[in-house]
Amino acid sequence: MVSAPVQAAPPVSAPPRARRLVRWAPVAVAVAAFVVLYAAFRNTAVLPHDDDATLFHWLNDARDWVDENRNSSPIFLFVVNYVRLFVAELYTGLQGALDALGWPGLIGLMGGLGWLAGGWRVALVALAGFGGIGVLGKWDASVDTLALALTAVLLSLLAGIPLGVWTGRSDRVRRVVTPVLDVMQIMPTFSYLSPIILLFLIGPASATVATMIYAMPPAIRITALAVQRVPATVVEASESLGATGWQTMRKVRLPMALNTIMLGVNQTIAAALSMVPLVALIAAPGLGVDLIQALARVNVGAALVPGLAIVLIAIVLDRISRAAAAGRARSRRVRWSGFAALTAAGLALTPALAPEFPEQWEIQIVRPINDVVDWIEAHWYPVTGFLNDTVAYGLLNPLQNTLTSAPWWLVTLAVLALAWRVSGPRPALVAGACLVGVAVLGLWQHGMETLTIVLVAALITIAAGLVLGVWAARSDRFAAVLRPFLDAAQTMPSFSYLLPAVALFANGRFTAIVASFVYAVPVVARLVEDGLRAVPPTVVEAARSAGSTERQLLWKVRLPMARSSLLLAANQGIVMTLAMVVIGALVGAGALGYDVVAGISQQEDYGKGLAAGVALVLLGIMLDRITQGAHGRRNPHKKRNA
Amino acid sequence: MGTAAIEVRGLWKIFGPKAERIIDSPDAGLEPAELRAKTGCTAAVRNVSFEVRPGEVFVVMGLSGSGKSTLVRCLTRLIEPTAGEIAIGGQDVRRMSSSQLRELRRHRVSMVFQHFGLLPHRRVVDNVAYGLEIQGIGRAERHEKARRILSLVGLQGHEDSYPEQLSGGMQQRVGLARALAVDPEVLLFDEPFSALDPLIRRDMQAEVIRLHREVGKTMVFITHDLSEALKLGERIAIMRDGEIVQVGSPEELVGAPANDYVADFVRDVPKSTVLSLRWICRAPEPGEPLDGPELPADTVIHDAVPAAMSSARPIRVVSGGELVGVVDRVDLLGAVRRDGGPALTASAGEA
Repeated sequence: MVSAPVQAAPPVSAPPRARRLVRWAPVAVAVAAFVVLYAAFRNTAVLPHDDDATLFHWLNDARDWVDENRNSSPIFLFVVNYVRLFVAELYTGLQGALDALGWPGLIGLMGGLGWLAGGWRVALVALAGFGGIGVLGKWDASVDTLALALTAVLLSLLAGIPLGVWTGRSDRVRRVVTPVLDVMQIMPTFSYLSPIILLFLIGPASATVATMIYAMPPAIRITALAVQRVPATVVEASESLGATGWQTMRKVRLPMALNTIMLGVNQTIAAALSMVPLVALIAAPGLGVDLIQALARVNVGAALVPGLAIVLIAIVLDRISRAAAAGRARSRRVRWSGFAALTAAGLALTPALAPEFPEQWEIQIVRPINDVVDWIEAHWYPVTGFLNDTVAYGLLNPLQNTLTSAPWWLVTLAVLALAWRVSGPRPALVAGACLVGVAVLGLWQHGMETLTIVLVAALITIAAGLVLGVWAARSDRFAAVLRPFLDAAQTMPSFSYLLPAVALFANGRFTAIVASFVYAVPVVARLVEDGLRAVPPTVVEAARSAGSTERQLLWKVRLPMARSSLLLAANQGIVMTLAMVVIGALVGAGALGYDVVAGISQQEDYGKGLAAGVALVLLGIMLDRITQGAHGRRNPHKKRNA
Repeated sequence: MGTAAIEVRGLWKIFGPKAERIIDSPDAGLEPAELRAKTGCTAAVRNVSFEVRPGEVFVVMGLSGSGKSTLVRCLTRLIEPTAGEIAIGGQDVRRMSSSQLRELRRHRVSMVFQHFGLLPHRRVVDNVAYGLEIQGIGRAERHEKARRILSLVGLQGHEDSYPEQLSGGMQQRVGLARALAVDPEVLLFDEPFSALDPLIRRDMQAEVIRLHREVGKTMVFITHDLSEALKLGERIAIMRDGEIVQVGSPEELVGAPANDYVADFVRDVPKSTVLSLRWICRAPEPGEPLDGPELPADTVIHDAVPAAMSSARPIRVVSGGELVGVVDRVDLLGAVRRDGGPALTASAGEA
């Protein structure tokens, strides 16, 4: 803010147009300066990619050291190896238990749980969903995947719920935990695969830990929120009657928070299932293996079958846990007797029926689907090819050329300026530092390639999300049409968006963009809609009574008042886009994501993969900080009330 | 510490960083607003002292922000006081260990809250039995006791409902029953009826008066409603900015307000319904007949009207067998007339 000294001029404000010019003048000057600097210093201080960077070799050596000392260093001998054994045993045990139920037993148990949580509707969904998995011919792999997801969910809840309770009860813990959770959720899932396999080797143990990193934050966050939301008066009433802290926790806080905590469980399960194909990269058994292999061969039909199976598992577990979160419905006896009846029926059928899901009930859909895909490729190519080429030659290539041919310091300066403008000095410094970090890691070129895809995808996503959100906020009918799609989209595991994108556009950067668009647009649209709808009706009414047109209402009242929601939508859109673009490495989007995949599969590329993982985290933090104005800049003058 | 049920001496509660340093510093004398500006601390209770006699209904009255709710929470250390002494039944509350404090809350002092504080996931009977449950009393016994208390507060038949199925007034009866179930010596009420509709509030006030007659507990009652304070309180403490401005019976507050603040408060109270004949009687004039009806000096003015209507002679006002003065029809009419029109709006305005 420029504070003018005592003004001689009368207090007549400048005409609005002139004032707007003054406000945007620095931006225009800055943009002009960047253009000039780019023209002057183009192709200087560029950092081309080098597969043999010293850092990569150094990281390889570190890996070798760990491999040599895995069975002698006390940290591994007494801590890490035991954790690995424990997690692996837990997985084996759960897997064995689910297997022992037999397919009729497991289907019956799921139906029973559905009944217990939400009555016959949910029971039916559960029976149909798990029956469908059998029909798809993926029973055994699905049991492995379910066991892995349940192991991760179980451990996430065991650790996450107590931690969440603690976080909800103590300001000090919250101050420590919140930023850690923020980073955990910004980190693209790929980035931590390499360090985890260094510690826990490849296999189910590493897969479980990787899944936990992604699945635990919602459990902690939502539990903390639930515990905080317990009304103070009830807690006080309990204390006034002489309850101990533990009694108040057990009899008041936990029961009252239970429904919300179940929502956290729901989120945790969803997160765990969306990790399934990724952990297949580190040799986790289950559906992910088939999926990854099929994707690598661009065999859409073969990828769709395991994909559908994961989606079915996700839908069933989502409905059960969501129904449980909705709370008590009917009498306890009806619920438990239904549960017992369904489970017993399933278990009774297990010895009677074949141990394998009967082959004659399975339906082969790989070939018909591939026929459809082939037909699309043959007949829609003019459209899909045109879209692909337009984005590639019109947006991706020019942007990538600019970013990679500009001096690294100029790009950093641009990020610094942008973040400063949007979010303030401190986030700007963090963002700038992150970008310098990418350069130091020796991954500047690949980082810029990833950034290019993310920026283009985010641009398309946010633009579309904004339009959809504004439309949905203005038209109840459109919102009603949109909502079921948004709900369904949020239940789906994230990678499932890759499949239709691959079907339409084959492999490549554009496919990753399409997938991240489909992945992130629902969230952006919903945040925009909620923000616009949250504008107080009294304000809208006042503006309307002053004679505003609908357009004026939107531009002068609704959008400005929803500013923080819009920024949050942009923030979420960008972070989600990054996550998806990285996964896009599985379908040929290349860049940092591919470095990570290569680092896992090839010994000599380990160092580069590890560095690429770190670079992804840095990019994630950078993009988050640039748009962080959403989290509400902390006002230093506003003191917390006692 | 004598025979008082509750005795409070020099109690302070200051919220904020390094609050205990302020007590002995000159800052303690500052007005709350100045103190907040200077130190960032908020003084909610400032050097408060009072006694509550056994079996008494003691009302603390003040506007919102006057510190009355903080004060009542300090009594059982739901809010930890910054300084001062508190004794309940002669025992020093501030020295109690956390387990002694729990025993105090479990058996001797219980509280009724403005927003009820009921557990939504428990049936009414389990809400009432909650205090007994955390004492470790068995299920059968605590349910039996809870049912008895529920019928005492007129809620028989609602044992198996959930709180959300009851009206606000009934929910607060549950809150009352929960407090009574542990059979405490002292009941603390924190604006228990502020969230209720006026008619239901009147029923609940009558209920408290009835319960006080039946069970005879010591009660500390917090309210911001002057008419409620006058109706329930044997003695009333008026709080302002964390300090007690005046303690006295309703009559003393209305008849002899200690300062302008209290006077302003009680200005619209219909005095003839609060003050007694003592406040308007005069020495008999020479020749005035002294064979009229005789009434005790603590008769409320309003209640003397029937006697004056039945006899034209001045009423003889006596106390302990001694004649303290006389009141004739003109005196009575004068006293009633002074209340005038505003009386109606005053009692309605409190709502």
